[in-house]
Amino acid sequence: MSTASVANHDAAHDHHDHEHHDNFVTKYIFSQDHKMIAKQYLVTGMFWALIGGLLSILFRLQLGFPEMDMSFLRPILGGWIDEAGKLDPTFYLALVTMHGTIMVFFVLTAGLSGTFSNFLIPLQIGARDMASGFMNMLSYWLFFLSGVIMFISLFLKTGPAAGGWVVYPPLSALEQAIPGSGLGMTLWLVAMTFFIASSLMGGINYITTVINLRTKGMSFSKLPLTIWAFFLTAVIGLLSFPVLFAAALLLVFDRSFGTSFYLSDIYIGGEALPNTGGSPVLYQHLFWFLGHPEVYIVLLPALGITSEVIATNSRKPIFGYKAMIISLLGITVLSFVVWAHHMFVSGMNPFLGSIFMFLTLIIAVPSAVKVFNYLTTLWRGNLIFTPAMLFSIGLVSFFISGGLTGIFLGNSAIDIQLHDTYFVVAHFHLVMGSASFFGMIAGVYHWFPKMFGRMMDAKLGYIHFWITFVGVYMVFFPMHYIGIAGFPRRYYSWTNFEFANMYTDLNMFVSVAAIITFSAQFIFLFNFFYSMYKGRKATLNPWRSNTLEWTTPVEPGHGNWPGEIPAVYRWPYDYSKPGAEEDFIPQTVPLSATPESNLPHEQELVKVELEIMKEEEEVLVSNETSH
Amino acid sequence: MYGFLIGVGVLLIFSIIWMVYRIQTLVSVVKGSDKKIASGSNKVNAILFIVFLVAGGALMFWYSIKEFDNYQLPIASEHGVITDSLFWWSMGVTGIVFLITHILLFIFPYKYQYSEKRKASFYPDNNKLEVIWTIVPAIVLAGLVISGWVAWSDITAPAPENAHTIEIMGYQFAWEVRYPGKDNVLGDYDYRLITATNSHGIDFSDKNSVDDFPSPVVVIPKGEPVLFKIRARDVLHSVFAPHMRLKMDAVPGMPTRFWFVPTKTTAEMREETGNPDFNYEIACTEICGRGHFSMRKVIEVVEPEAYQKWYAEQRSFIQMNPALASGVSAEVKEVAEVQLTEK
Repeated sequence: MSTASVANHDAAHDHHDHEHHDNFVTKYIFSQDHKMIAKQYLVTGMFWALIGGLLSILFRLQLGFPEMDMSFLRPILGGWIDEAGKLDPTFYLALVTMHGTIMVFFVLTAGLSGTFSNFLIPLQIGARDMASGFMNMLSYWLFFLSGVIMFISLFLKTGPAAGGWVVYPPLSALEQAIPGSGLGMTLWLVAMTFFIASSLMGGINYITTVINLRTKGMSFSKLPLTIWAFFLTAVIGLLSFPVLFAAALLLVFDRSFGTSFYLSDIYIGGEALPNTGGSPVLYQHLFWFLGHPEVYIVLLPALGITSEVIATNSRKPIFGYKAMIISLLGITVLSFVVWAHHMFVSGMNPFLGSIFMFLTLIIAVPSAVKVFNYLTTLWRGNLIFTPAMLFSIGLVSFFISGGLTGIFLGNSAIDIQLHDTYFVVAHFHLVMGSASFFGMIAGVYHWFPKMFGRMMDAKLGYIHFWITFVGVYMVFFPMHYIGIAGFPRRYYSWTNFEFANMYTDLNMFVSVAAIITFSAQFIFLFNFFYSMYKGRKATLNPWRSNTLEWTTPVEPGHGNWPGEIPAVYRWPYDYSKPGAEEDFIPQTVPLSATPESNLPHEQELVKVELEIMKEEEEVLVSNETSH
Repeated sequence: MYGFLIGVGVLLIFSIIWMVYRIQTLVSVVKGSDKKIASGSNKVNAILFIVFLVAGGALMFWYSIKEFDNYQLPIASEHGVITDSLFWWSMGVTGIVFLITHILLFIFPYKYQYSEKRKASFYPDNNKLEVIWTIVPAIVLAGLVISGWVAWSDITAPAPENAHTIEIMGYQFAWEVRYPGKDNVLGDYDYRLITATNSHGIDFSDKNSVDDFPSPVVVIPKGEPVLFKIRARDVLHSVFAPHMRLKMDAVPGMPTRFWFVPTKTTAEMREETGNPDFNYEIACTEICGRGHFSMRKVIEVVEPEAYQKWYAEQRSFIQMNPALASGVSAEVKEVAEVQLTEK
């Protein structure tokens, strides 16, 4: 069956009822079904999250227990542990670099957007599949390839890229500067190129699908906030990832073909290099032109998921649906004009710093609106604490804590002291790392029944939540103190400095908390894989939710709905509507069927709705007879 | 043997957890609580949010107050007083928002936990509220931004004419310092002139460079403006003097600068902190390679008179190594020789 007909809306074609002859390869490996691709992204994302987490545990061991004998790690790290059992300082930088790269790109971009945009867009807008199933498959496999290359780079003799996840030149351009800038950096660039291609293909698909394949009645003003968030995320990605590609390409030229885009006046390894006229600051501008929107690429899907989960489990409409969309749009636009706040002390013109400080603090306004709207949604709700709901509330907490410290860092005068200290580390790990991670986990708990037809165990989910929630705060909250005290980032050890020769106890505490938090994720992994096969069978609509995906069979097949795609008549947040018998009214229930609960302006719409339905009926009848 | 015992222990713990898990699953099936919309766990979770709020809040206040003197580094520059007051103003404003939002965020789950008897309020929007909480944060943020902007403009304004110029050059993995000498003008440099004996790449054919001198420590006078001219020789570095509240990247090919007025001498700070070994330090805050964590340089702040005295006593690059002056023009050589014979 061709992809085009899968996505075809024409009611006359009823292909999807046909017998399928999927073999193992087309069903599980080179699948073009959006649900399978979503699961592939999810499992790959989980694999990378484990690797990324493990790397962070390794460097936390070094920071928390600098005296520790790490000989026991020699079986995996080999020569990176020296004779005295100490971690190699260069490899420490490689660990930090790969942790950042993996978490930002492979886990929170591909693992989050890749999973939930793919899974939910067709299901929630009422489409048979993505606009292009083939391109969707290609997108996953390019991501996979990118992952393979990045994974190989971990095992190089000279180590993987080690210039920080931002890979600023000249450090990342010169092999003489750090061994990781040799083959490791080459593989990093190749892997990122494939990754960017993968993101672009995914993004184009998400955008076209949302614009073109919405079911009857699903206007943009009736889209769930998840879809709004995924849609805008894809727009941001489509506009910013090419700039990262440009930055990477120029870096490739500087590294391999003797150009001087970023290099100038360098004397290293006993010789003066011929490069003149380049500017390392140019790279920073290009990188952060992606790098800052990237923050919102990982955050917006999480906020979208949270909106849906909080509304459903508060049994209340999300407060300020329109305001939520407007703030999403505001964040989308503003995310492109704040990048240079990462560069206040990079040596760029201080006047630019003033401009970017103003723009940066404007972006705090839509973020604040979102927080207040979440709080008001909880207010006078009837809250059910499913694990997804707990993680969503956790996300709001991290979003507040990390968001507020952004107000310090966005202020260039305050940033002079805080830039590149642990204050920054605390800030972005809360607001972007942990918040997005919690959004992702919330999404898994919430849509697991739709993905696998079974329920995850709630009790294990509660345990997982509380250990992780408390654990994340125990890891990142103390870093604020360390940061205010001026401890710089990416330091192998602080004992060389008198001003930073303290807080060994706090660093040890952070490391222990990190190990506990990381270990708690195995509860989730167990719950995930065990429930996939042995979990309780899910019902059709376990959370009693309004959105379209719950109108599909428990385990939707190829094409999602066995018959017609249902039409949509109302917005997705009619929870606890006065007059209605149940505390939820799915989007597929026509307004004309609920006269008891319609609001005055909806009663007006009933007439229009009835007329349309009548016309539809006629078309359907004439179709039947002509067949 | 030891490893084997640990293995058995781990296995035992896992099997106990496994059994507890199975038993609670069966119990919940028997009780039928898996059929209910909200089981007893709902209440437990609601209470845990309150516990978290109280315990977390208490821990935060206790530690923040107890450790204040440890994480609040003493300030030793004029602009540092301003940026720190901005910091604490922001802390006050955001702290209030942090507390209020978190109290609501954790009290609502307790107060509005699920009850079959109750129905949630259908409250989809309120434009007045939305406008209020768009405009209020906007005004508050505008206040913070404008005060930040004023401070930033002053800090980054051109250095006063009488500022003491000092060049700081970063390389893997140390800092080197150059003073302009009596003429108070730094001589030209070119990275292609760097040799084992001329690590700065100073161009000695420039007259201004003849009296330039190096120093193992950054010595600066208290109460007078000091201008750091910052550059890097190989990769990016960043000059960070935490007590001065000073930070600026060192960029190869693009000199940067930062000026400030130190307010306390090293001796005064030793007295204030009660630490006789106290030293002002410079650290690197831009990842630069293996030795990133060890790029230390000491700053010594002295009284202006002591500074003048120290300054006059220093020996220039050429005085230390006359060979550097070889091959330069006769005019420069003459200046250099005059200088050499002076001492």
